[in-house]
Amino acid sequence: MLEFLRQPWTWYVAGTLIGLTVPALLILGNKHFGISANLRHACAACLPANIKFFKYDWKKEIWNFFFVGGVIIGAFFATQFLSNPEPVQVAPALLAELKGYGIEDHSKLLPRELFSIESLFTLRGFIMLVVGGFLVGFGARYAGGCTSGHAIMGISDLQVPSVIATASFMVGGFIMANLILPSILRL
Amino acid sequence: MDTMCVNESHLKHRWYHNLKYAVVGIFFGIAFTKAEIISWFRIQEMFRLQSFHMYGVIGTAIVIGMISVWLIKKFKVKTIHSESIEFHPKKFNKGQIIGGVIFGLGWAMTGACPGPLFAQIGAGFLVIVVVLLSAIAGTWVYGYFRERLPH
Repeated sequence: MLEFLRQPWTWYVAGTLIGLTVPALLILGNKHFGISANLRHACAACLPANIKFFKYDWKKEIWNFFFVGGVIIGAFFATQFLSNPEPVQVAPALLAELKGYGIEDHSKLLPRELFSIESLFTLRGFIMLVVGGFLVGFGARYAGGCTSGHAIMGISDLQVPSVIATASFMVGGFIMANLILPSILRL
Repeated sequence: MDTMCVNESHLKHRWYHNLKYAVVGIFFGIAFTKAEIISWFRIQEMFRLQSFHMYGVIGTAIVIGMISVWLIKKFKVKTIHSESIEFHPKKFNKGQIIGGVIFGLGWAMTGACPGPLFAQIGAGFLVIVVVLLSAIAGTWVYGYFRERLPH
């Protein structure tokens, strides 16, 4: 059983568990699945700076901090006790492309050459981690939600704006990965 | 305009009632990690059409979510505290397109949307704390310029 759990989980198993988060949160307390909201609550809690967008009762949303706290614990647990010692399987075409940029480590879920403290102090690492993170936070709030709130919760509720937002996420992702990222990775 | 992700429950509970959401989060975090959704490689493969994995995960999650919401509405399922479950239609605004594309650009760079950011930190990639702080800064800057941005 443990051996079975240690393998990377198939898409339909993971997809089902993630999909079940939607009714679980609704039934446990009328909560709508949406993770990027936590970034807004963090602003409201720490630095509202008299900005209207951050002036609301964030304490009512504290459940969502508990939820992401759980996500951190779950990921820790999975890594410590259920992790698979094998290197991450990566599509051969991607592996070959990355090799050209000097990225060869696929022993873990993130390549060490990009996701490390040392990388943060290189131009390439700074753009990917700091600028990338900024775009994720700015864009998610501008769009009114992220992959969880729009793509999963919103589309589950058949909301057309969420379908539009999700399509836009994909457009941005395709442009970055195929047209812009190669130049950044070459830095 | 942005009522997204705001708590619908009108009940007041003691803090420890929130622990049940942490339990849901734990299962979610395990699934995220074990299905390698938090992997930068999987996101790159998705946007290069080199693997079906992420499409399968997101597609299945949407189908399960859709069936669940349909059942909740059809049978007027109540919460465990017998409140009725509320849904609010979202209104279209240009932010969903402009912000959506900006989000997508960042997603393909960092290889993580907000959920996986938290999971990556739990999985031991501590440098992601920087990415998360940067995402919080992005959210703050959006809030600051919000009135002046096209919506």
